[in-house]
Amino acid sequence: MLLSFARLSFRYLILLIPGLLLGACGTDGSGTEEEDNPYAPTPYALALPKNLPQTVTIPASNPLTVEGVELGRKLFYEVKLSRTGTQSCGSCHQQSKAFTDGLAHAVGVDGAPHPRGAMSLANVLWETSLTWDGASTSLEQQARTPIENAVEMHQLLADGVRKLQQTELYPPLFQKAFGSSTITEDNVLKALAQFERTLISANSRYDKYIRKEGTLTRTEQLGLAVFNNHPGEVGGIFIRGGTCHHCHLDATGLFSSPDFFNNGLDVAFADAGRASVTSLATDRGKFRAPTLRNIALTAPYMHDGRFQTLEQVLDHYNEHVLVNSPGVDPNVLLSNTPGGTHLDLTAAEKTQLIAFLHTLTDTTFIKDSRFSDPFKP
Amino acid sequence: MKLRKISAIFFYLLFSSAALTSCKEDSDMQPKVGTLDVAIDHVVGTATLALNTGSYATPAGDQFTVSTFKYYLSNFTLKKADGTTHLVPESYYLVDEAVPASKTFTLSGIPAGDYTSLSFTIGVDSARNVAGAQTGALDPQKNMFWSWNTGYIFTKLEGTSPQAPNTALVFHIGGFKAPHNTIRTISPSLKGATIQVQGTQTPTLHLKADVLKMFTGPTTVRFTQLYNTMGGANSVVVADNQAAGMFVVDYVHAN
Repeated sequence: MLLSFARLSFRYLILLIPGLLLGACGTDGSGTEEEDNPYAPTPYALALPKNLPQTVTIPASNPLTVEGVELGRKLFYEVKLSRTGTQSCGSCHQQSKAFTDGLAHAVGVDGAPHPRGAMSLANVLWETSLTWDGASTSLEQQARTPIENAVEMHQLLADGVRKLQQTELYPPLFQKAFGSSTITEDNVLKALAQFERTLISANSRYDKYIRKEGTLTRTEQLGLAVFNNHPGEVGGIFIRGGTCHHCHLDATGLFSSPDFFNNGLDVAFADAGRASVTSLATDRGKFRAPTLRNIALTAPYMHDGRFQTLEQVLDHYNEHVLVNSPGVDPNVLLSNTPGGTHLDLTAAEKTQLIAFLHTLTDTTFIKDSRFSDPFKP
Repeated sequence: MKLRKISAIFFYLLFSSAALTSCKEDSDMQPKVGTLDVAIDHVVGTATLALNTGSYATPAGDQFTVSTFKYYLSNFTLKKADGTTHLVPESYYLVDEAVPASKTFTLSGIPAGDYTSLSFTIGVDSARNVAGAQTGALDPQKNMFWSWNTGYIFTKLEGTSPQAPNTALVFHIGGFKAPHNTIRTISPSLKGATIQVQGTQTPTLHLKADVLKMFTGPTTVRFTQLYNTMGGANSVVVADNQAAGMFVVDYVHAN
């Protein structure tokens, strides 16, 4: 923890050096806008919750600054980045729903549905592969996709940049954040990524339990055990469990995985999933295991939103996993019945598991004013 | 305060590198160190392992495929003919068939000399199992950590077999507490070869890891009975099989 903060501070130190040099060069007095507003952004102090990974990868070319994050927040909620001026990132990533939209398929400015659902942005700072198929590996790279995609905001980023440049609001904000009032596509993407990196959710009842600041009920604790137990014989005792943690890693505190899995939804794949990135036949029907943080707020579930409730999700894993789905992950074929062909959790165990999943809801996160729409009173 | 500390480190590095360059003529006085490359091939008997697409059979006749094969190797120790040993510090490696680059790695800082045997651990020592979340190869993001019970999964083999009740093979070998300790330290024969570590050249140790040896050896594993283990007595059975000959030295290349 100390090490990572030291590393961050060191990065800011490096960042400040060119800033100081620029400031010093400005004294020869040629009267540009940059000199009137010297470029000296303030490092953003990112507080890492102690039960989440203490190492973060922030690109050296885009350190977090107070000015960059604040600009990114405005851009996140800026409808000028859509062709029709009707949608922003925040349209499909709504704070009240942990930055999802409640729809099975996100709907873009032209009313056309996206083949997949909008994913939560909680703790996206730590994710090394983004979106359902891992098509992007950095937030800067990813941010362009929904802006330009025909079934999303459907506007070339270059056109969005022109619209922003014509406003009174944005040029000075870009000057403060990036040292130039001439807006560039790269700086729009950088600011959006900076804002997204601040969307940390770690104040749920589960977090407080882990940090020994709060408690869980007996039912919730039993649900946590079901979540983390791998069914099978250990030391002469048959342990019962849902083996959820193999894909939704609890050990990281993120309840997601950078890997891709076929969880036995289909025998034929309408959506190639990971294979649309890798073109490997063995990756067909594999998707990211998304974070389970705030999962009670992010219905419907799966990449195509086919399940409306958490109960339906558990019914899938417990009773309906398709063993003949090509490349189905062996972990979703485990059973609590020796020699069994279904997970076979009891109704009580399912209730416990759902009670536990609700403890991952972070009401602070969805009300945090730092993440809200700055254009709304 | 923090800035002062960082600039102190910065100047320390600056001066220490200056000191290093100015002391070049003294370098003969320092004990020489060298590096050793390790390269691992994954096989299933006589076949090369191919994830997902390869079909294999155990000597007992059970058919299977492999979708995941990864394991930890740690605590590499080299031994000279005179009995002196060198433990390579912080030598923790996660070798993953799906990540080709992970199948080669470099052990560095080894005192120069002729080494006639080596040993290493399949798994992660118990100290590191209880040290909580770690970084690098031991990062829980690698999906090899089970905080709930066993600590690290030392070897993960997943796949399918028509002999398994639900076609799933899930072998998660882990656990460091008696009586179900699955940490195994092995010393595969160098077959008379010597690993010559010098400052100027890097020899390569070519290891072969045979997936079949998880299912043969002291105990024959039949997938009708044993197809799922995550720690416990069944993991010990597989760990004992692994220790009995899963890793062999193919050859040592002097370079």
